[in-house]
Amino acid sequence: MRIPVSWLAEHLELSEDTSVDTLAEAFVNIGLEVEEVTRLTPIIGPLVVGRVAEIEELTEFKKPIRYCRVEVGKSETGEQQTRGIVCGATNFSAGSLVVVALPGTVLPGDFEISARKTYGRTSEGMICSTKELGIGEDHDGILVLPPGSADPGSPANEIVGLDDSVIELAITPDRGYCFSVRGLARELSNALDVPFGDPANRGIPDDDRPSRTVRIEDASACSRFVFRRLTGVDPTAPTPWWMQRRLALAGIRSISLPVDITNYVMLELGQPLHAWDTAKLSGDIVVRRAVAGESLVTLDGVRRDLDPDDIVICDDSGPVSLAGVMGGASTEIGQDTNDVLLEAANWEPTGISRMIRRHRLPSEAGKRFERGVDPAVAAVAAERAARLLVEYGEATISAGRTDVGEPPQPQPVTMPLALPDQVAGVRYGRGVTAKRLNQIGCGIEVGTSDDGVGVVTALPPTWRPDLTQPADLVEEVLRLEGYHTIPSVVPAAPTGSGLSATQRRRRAVSRALAHDGCVEVLPFPFTGEDTLDALGIGEDDPRRRTLRAVNALESDRALLSTTLLPGLFDALQRNLSRGRRDLALFHIGQVVLPEQDQPSVPELGVRQRPSDEQLAALHAALPAQPQHVGVVLAGQRERSGWWGSGREADWSDAVAAARLVAETAGVSLTVSAADRAPWHPGRCAALEVDGTVIGYAGELHPKVVEALELPKRTCAMELDLDALPMTDGRPAPNISAYPPVRLDVALVVDEGVPAAELGEVLRDGGGELIEDIRLFDVFTGEKLGAEKKSLAFALRLRASDRTLTQEEATEVRDAAVAAADQRFGAVLRG
Amino acid sequence: MSGANDPYDPKEVVALAPETLQNAVDDARKAFDGAADLDELAAVKPAHLGERSPVLTARREIGSLPAEEKADAGKRVNETRQAIQQAFDARHEQLRAERDERVLQEEAVDVTLPTDRVPSGARHPITQLMERVADDFVAMGWHVSEGPELEAEWFNFDALNFGKDHPARTMQDTFHIAPEDSGLVLRTQTSPVQVRALLSSELPVYRVSPGRVFRTDALDATHTPVFHQIEGLAVDQGLTMAHLKGTLDAFARAMFGPDTWTRFRPNFFPFTEPSAEMDVWFPEKKGGAGWVEWGGCGMVHPNVLRASGVDPETYTGFAFGMGVERTLQFRTGIPDMRDMVEGDVRFTEAFGIEY
Repeated sequence: MRIPVSWLAEHLELSEDTSVDTLAEAFVNIGLEVEEVTRLTPIIGPLVVGRVAEIEELTEFKKPIRYCRVEVGKSETGEQQTRGIVCGATNFSAGSLVVVALPGTVLPGDFEISARKTYGRTSEGMICSTKELGIGEDHDGILVLPPGSADPGSPANEIVGLDDSVIELAITPDRGYCFSVRGLARELSNALDVPFGDPANRGIPDDDRPSRTVRIEDASACSRFVFRRLTGVDPTAPTPWWMQRRLALAGIRSISLPVDITNYVMLELGQPLHAWDTAKLSGDIVVRRAVAGESLVTLDGVRRDLDPDDIVICDDSGPVSLAGVMGGASTEIGQDTNDVLLEAANWEPTGISRMIRRHRLPSEAGKRFERGVDPAVAAVAAERAARLLVEYGEATISAGRTDVGEPPQPQPVTMPLALPDQVAGVRYGRGVTAKRLNQIGCGIEVGTSDDGVGVVTALPPTWRPDLTQPADLVEEVLRLEGYHTIPSVVPAAPTGSGLSATQRRRRAVSRALAHDGCVEVLPFPFTGEDTLDALGIGEDDPRRRTLRAVNALESDRALLSTTLLPGLFDALQRNLSRGRRDLALFHIGQVVLPEQDQPSVPELGVRQRPSDEQLAALHAALPAQPQHVGVVLAGQRERSGWWGSGREADWSDAVAAARLVAETAGVSLTVSAADRAPWHPGRCAALEVDGTVIGYAGELHPKVVEALELPKRTCAMELDLDALPMTDGRPAPNISAYPPVRLDVALVVDEGVPAAELGEVLRDGGGELIEDIRLFDVFTGEKLGAEKKSLAFALRLRASDRTLTQEEATEVRDAAVAAADQRFGAVLRG
Repeated sequence: MSGANDPYDPKEVVALAPETLQNAVDDARKAFDGAADLDELAAVKPAHLGERSPVLTARREIGSLPAEEKADAGKRVNETRQAIQQAFDARHEQLRAERDERVLQEEAVDVTLPTDRVPSGARHPITQLMERVADDFVAMGWHVSEGPELEAEWFNFDALNFGKDHPARTMQDTFHIAPEDSGLVLRTQTSPVQVRALLSSELPVYRVSPGRVFRTDALDATHTPVFHQIEGLAVDQGLTMAHLKGTLDAFARAMFGPDTWTRFRPNFFPFTEPSAEMDVWFPEKKGGAGWVEWGGCGMVHPNVLRASGVDPETYTGFAFGMGVERTLQFRTGIPDMRDMVEGDVRFTEAFGIEY
């Protein structure tokens, strides 16, 4: 909401030296956020009123250009002087009063005017638009002052009103009344403790006969409806400059006198008004909900299909206005309108909210109605607008006023007098609570409750529908007293227990990966069908069971990802495209895994705690969202350098990353061959803990690499961090001081035998004397025969209570080899 | 060993002959002196001091001598052995000195050569900052809790006192999940964790919840649709707005230094009443020093307490929510929000791995 300070000041008794900064600070202190303060700069130099005497249309240019003779005041000898000025606007005619910047004038933005040649003429100055004068955004035409408002040659600074400032405020949703000069001036009056003159405090003549019959058929939609009728309106009458100026400063374009007046009164009192062409209405007016199948062409020329929830104003022809949101085209006032019905109504806020969203029609009126408009001000606003139309539009007010509906009555709120003190942690002075509540417009009664506590009962004013509970009143007292009076006290929390094990574990995993050379990225959790296709994830894969955002920012990224990999691949690609080649990225984040038959979300109230059953149903409706950890690797894992050549990342680095995560979590991981998208079917490892697969690692499928345009042999790992069991401390080992016996065993087996399983068999076969077993070589070659390989293991044997003899060591080895032979037909390599 | 040859003249036992012993010494000296370095010296040592060396062979012969000869022969053998040992030690000492002087010098390398075979990784500054904030609150005795990012509207809005059609609900541009009436949204704030905490915890509650939140703002230099917040909630008996201010002041000092200025001003949030905004004085603000919005806060709305089964007559509480990206921007002056979300490793690498 933009508002000129001069307009606010009109309703306040401010001392002369009150600066705009003081006002802005006062607004901030009571909770109105100041977005911008714009100081209009008085223009230096000869800025004068001019009258256009002659217009010569220059037609040789691509756009219309006018060369004007403009009267700019009399010389000392009394002769009218003129200047030749080139102008690109066309919204004026001979005789128009305009604002002329003569050579030597400096306009806002340090724009100095000088006589110069343009479009083949010498232009001795400039005819200004409101934008050039710094008071509005309207640059479609020049500023035309109403006839007779000034004489040519008179200084224009004062007429244009450049000694002013504009404050732009962000109004929070609870303060609908602050969308008006009335509300804002009242707030300032409270903040600065200065007297306030309520612009709504105008008498309205009694006039009981209705202007037109209005029936409110749905009282839940409309609480008050006022009509005031005017005849003999001249819709082409110019809007007075002072009104144009205020509208311009508030950011509203001048359109026509009737429209400008409705906008002006809306800004002043907060009551949106609508002007109807009476002649275009037929029969009684009815306020009701729309009927399915009805439609309406709104002022913007769009035909809108109506929803049964829409609130509409109808005449005999059917709906003629989307109530409170936008009028209908068929009853719009035009150039030939002279019989006008001014509507001032009060609409139910949530109904308006839904209509704005449904029809995507945000508007100044809708904005006010959805936040709540003072129902008491409707008739005053209609009267105010009517009188302005009389004054400037030669209209006559017709006898009668329609005023129907039953506005809601504010309900009193009672609270302990000391509640504000208790909430703030401040001892306010005596009488502060009553004074502040009174200031905001509440009727106040102070008394004592049955148990002897001082209480205050406040009857909120009609413009404050937000005041319904003690907490609301407390805030009013606190903010008007100033939040700066609240002290700063650190509360003593009970003894804490630190981070949870899950939180500590997640940190450890993240650190371990980073220390291992991986860089953390935080990609968005959105993906698309095309990406899942590219990953080769089949239609029946559970990872295809995705939820979709209705209003995604990118339509091809509307799915909530069931895997971290798409985001990691995006990050990988971005880095590659920026010239990086060797990359190891990781991400720890939630994925969303809906069930096949996830129950739908139940309806729950908010007046009290839902039952445990209701909460259980709510929790059951939310898909599982486990924390995953994902790693992608491309390029060199180890760099080349003076020490020799580097090493490209391969499947084993992805498995190693998974093992690192598991180790950090204190969990041992079992790895087995797997075939799963998007991995290479021969280079994919399933990662198991206690018999449950918790993730996969390996090299990507070449098709995936191709489809996503990733570097060849890109590798990836993803596992479910939440599925790793928590380890509750690890057992202390038995440290034997006896010497070890080391021996190597090379076994020839079929190529398909998994090394990890062979190792396990050796360990089991050898028994508990095997302290450590490690695969140190894999060999294939013709000597071994086709489809055979040799796996060499280094065994370290040790007993806890004695030095092992060579014989014992040999027994262990023989037992291990025998087990390997039995299981895999392993033969000791000679 | 020779057999017993009583009567026996030790001088006739070759191994014990003085010449033999003298030769052993000479040979050893020669061999030791001929060793060019410690490795060679070690290699020739067994031949002169080992089990099969002449001097030890000689010693084994002593046993076969008549008793009266043993002492004399033993003395000679020992002298011989000592002489060889001394020769060895002397050469060893000499070679070691030489090695220290020359060889180690020759073996010198350029230690400034790079050693980054595996370049170090890094953690995202947002993650690290959230952990730091969590630690600050843990130090005050608070707990850290988390909640789901895909959230029921009931938690994200209803229970937080957002009216069904209130403009406040549309104020936060929400990602809705299909179908439109699914009742599921991507949480727009970490505040739903407040409600979860109240529903599931014993009172009093002192909790912070860091996490990722979502709004339908297109990504540009100052907006991102996915960002992070730290929510705080305390519900206890006798909590006041002064406690809220004290907590946030402590938080602000932890984030921006001990001399941080803060300002509290009224604002509106559906789930708090009274509500406030905390501003921080920012000397490096673009266009000159000034206040910048840091985050919203307030006393927990009685409706929120009621929806969570807490009696607002007995308990009061305060809550706050700060933007993590914003906080990071204030701390580090990151000019463009996109740097924080695009995942360019150069950005993250700059932050390393904090301790």
